[in-house]
Amino acid sequence: MLKIKDLHASVEDKPILNGINLEVKAGEVHAIMGPNGSGKSTLASVIAGKEEYEVTKGEIILENEDIDELSAEERAHKGIFLSFQYPVEIPGVSVTNFIKTAINETRKSKGLGDMPAKDMLKMIREKSELLEIDRKFLSRSLNEGFSGGEKKRNEIFQMAMLEPKLSILDETDSGLDIDALRIVANGVNKLKSKDNAVIVITHYQRLLDYIVPDFVHVLYEGRIVKSGGKELAHELEERGYDWIKEEVNA
Amino acid sequence: MDLKEKLVSSFLAFEESIDVHSPVHDIRNEAIKTFETEGFPTKKQEAWKYTSLNAILKHDYSVFPKQENTIEYKDIKEYFLHDIDTYKIIFIDGKYSSHLSQTTHDGIDVCLMSSALNKPKYRPIIENYFNKIATKDSLTSLNTAFSNEGAYIHIPKNKLVDKPIQILHFSTGNEAALMLQPRNLIVADENSEVQIFERHQSLTDNPVLTNSVTEIFTAKRAIVDYYKLQNDNSNASLIDNTFVDQKDQSHCLVHTFSFGGKLTRNNLNFYQNGERIESTMKGVTIIGDKQHVDHNTLVHHIEPNCESHQDYKGIFGDSATGVFNGKIVVEKLAQKTNAFQANNNILLSDKASINTKPQLEIFADDVKCSHGCTIGQLDESAMFYMRSRGIPKKEAKALLMYAFSNNVLSSVRIPELKQRITKVIANKLGVNIGFDL
Repeated sequence: MLKIKDLHASVEDKPILNGINLEVKAGEVHAIMGPNGSGKSTLASVIAGKEEYEVTKGEIILENEDIDELSAEERAHKGIFLSFQYPVEIPGVSVTNFIKTAINETRKSKGLGDMPAKDMLKMIREKSELLEIDRKFLSRSLNEGFSGGEKKRNEIFQMAMLEPKLSILDETDSGLDIDALRIVANGVNKLKSKDNAVIVITHYQRLLDYIVPDFVHVLYEGRIVKSGGKELAHELEERGYDWIKEEVNA
Repeated sequence: MDLKEKLVSSFLAFEESIDVHSPVHDIRNEAIKTFETEGFPTKKQEAWKYTSLNAILKHDYSVFPKQENTIEYKDIKEYFLHDIDTYKIIFIDGKYSSHLSQTTHDGIDVCLMSSALNKPKYRPIIENYFNKIATKDSLTSLNTAFSNEGAYIHIPKNKLVDKPIQILHFSTGNEAALMLQPRNLIVADENSEVQIFERHQSLTDNPVLTNSVTEIFTAKRAIVDYYKLQNDNSNASLIDNTFVDQKDQSHCLVHTFSFGGKLTRNNLNFYQNGERIESTMKGVTIIGDKQHVDHNTLVHHIEPNCESHQDYKGIFGDSATGVFNGKIVVEKLAQKTNAFQANNNILLSDKASINTKPQLEIFADDVKCSHGCTIGQLDESAMFYMRSRGIPKKEAKALLMYAFSNNVLSSVRIPELKQRITKVIANKLGVNIGFDL
C-alpha cells in the first residue's frame, strides 16, 4: 500500500529525515518508535503532505502512485489520514459540520455528490457509538475547550468517518488517561481491516499493548535503525533508547 | 469650487428649503460655522493620521437631496432582512420612501427625524436630546448643519420592541455623485429594549459619500442592540459618527460588520453617565482590493462599577488597509471599572496593512483594564490540519477566517442577521461550504 524509498526531507534547509525506507502492506499495523527529535512527527507530516517540509530526495508511493507532488487535501482524498498530536481548535464550526465538509469534499474530488443527510446521520450515529462519544459533543465547536482525551477521541472519530486506507496516528496516546486510551485503541482496532493499514507513532510502548503492531521500527537521527516484531517495543520499554544509540554510533 | 465651499454656500438654500423657523435653526447655524472654520479633517490631525479623505472629497457631489426617486422592492429586497417581520425606515437618495417603509406610532415611535424636528409634540424630546452628545468636531458639525432627515426612534419606559427596526439608505445613481448626511436619534427610556439594523447601499457605481450621525440615549436598565452592516460597493464611502449616552445599568451593544465600500470610517463614542453600565463594541472587518476601514472608538468611564468590552477582528487582503484606534478614558471617580479591549488582525498579503493603537487614559486607581492587539498571518498548522482532512485550501482558509470572526458573530442576537452575515462572509471568501456557517 505504502512504499517509502530513501526519503530525505528538510525544514528550512535543516535535514530531518535522512533516508527512510519503509513498506506498509494492507492489513498491517506498523509502530514507529524513537527518542525525542528523531523525526517521527516529521515523517508523519511529510507523508500527509505538509508544505513546510521539503522532500529533497526519495519517493513516497501510495498504491503504485508517487504522491510527492500532491497537496495535503489530495492525499487525504486518496485515503491518507493523519491523527494529530495537537489537534487544532476551530471555534464556531461544530464537529458535525466539520466532518460533513471533509466527507463531502472528498466525495466531490471523486465526482460524487454530497452524501445524503440520512446516510450521514446514520454513519455519525454508528461511529460516535463506537468511540463512546456523546451526541452533545458533536455539536460543540471543533476541539474548542476539549480535554486531551476528547481531542484524541474526536481525531479517531474523524478517522472512522473518513474510512482512510492508511491511518497515521501521531502520538495519539499523549495526554490520555487509561480509560480514554482504551476507548481510542478499541476504536482503532475495530476500524482495522485487511484492506487498510495503520502506522502508530509513539514514544512509549503503552499504546502498543492495546494496538498490537505487526512490525516495530526505531527511528533515530532521521533513519530507521532497527526493525522487529512487537517484542522490540517491550525491549525498548525496558532498556530505553540508549543501547540503540550506542549500536548506531558504534 | 471645492466640496467645503460648495457645502457652505449651499447651506442657506438648504435651510430655506426646509424650515428656517425650526427650533434647531440656531444649532444648524452654529454647526456650519464650526465646519467652515475647521474644514474637513486632514492627516495632520492625530485622529486622522492613517485615513486620508482627499480621494473621496474630490468628486462634485450633490450635497442635499432634491427629489424623491423610487425603486421597486423586488430590486432591493436582498439588502433587507426579509425573512422576518421588522419595522423599516427606508431612504432613497436621502429622501424618505413611504412605500418601502413600515413605521409606527403605536406605543413606540419609529418614524422620521424630519417629523421629530418639525412637529411641536416632539419638541421636548428634541430639546432634551438632539445634538446633546454629538461632538463638535468638523464632520459631526457638518452633519448637524444639514440635519433634517434620518430615523427617529423613541421607546417609552418598560417597552420591549417586538421586532427589529431596519434603517436602510439606498442611492440610485440618479445624481452623478451624491453626498448624504442622515441624522438619527434613538431614545430608549427606562427599562426598554430595542434591536436596530442599519446599512447603506449604493445601487450603481456613481460615487456616494455618506456622513452619518447617530445619537443613542439609553436610560436606566435599557438595552439597545445596534447592528451596522457595511458592505457597500467600491465607489461608496461612509463616515459613521455614533454617540451613545448611557445611564445606570443600561447595556448598549454596537456590532459593526465592515465588508465593503471604498473608505469607511467609524467614529464610535460611548459615554457612561451612571453606574453598573455595560458597553459592548464588536466588529468584524474583511476587506480586499484597495479598501480602507478605520475604527476609531472611545469609551468614557465616568462613574464607578461599569464595564466596557471591545472586540474587533480584521482580515485584510490585497492592498487593503485598516486602522484601529481604541481609546479608553477612566475618570478619577470611575473606580472598579472593568474595561477590556482586543483587536486581532490577519494580513493575507504583503501589501495589506493595519495600524492598531490602543490608547488608555486612566485616572482611577482601582480598575481592571486590559488591552491587546495582534497582527498575524493565517495559522499554517490549522490550515494543514484541515487540508489533511480533505478540505481544499480555499475552503480551509474560509473556515479559519470564519472561526477567527466567531467571537463577534456569536453575540449577534438576531438569528436571521447572523445567518445573513455568515453568508456574506462565505460569498466574500468565494466559497460554498456545505452548511450554514
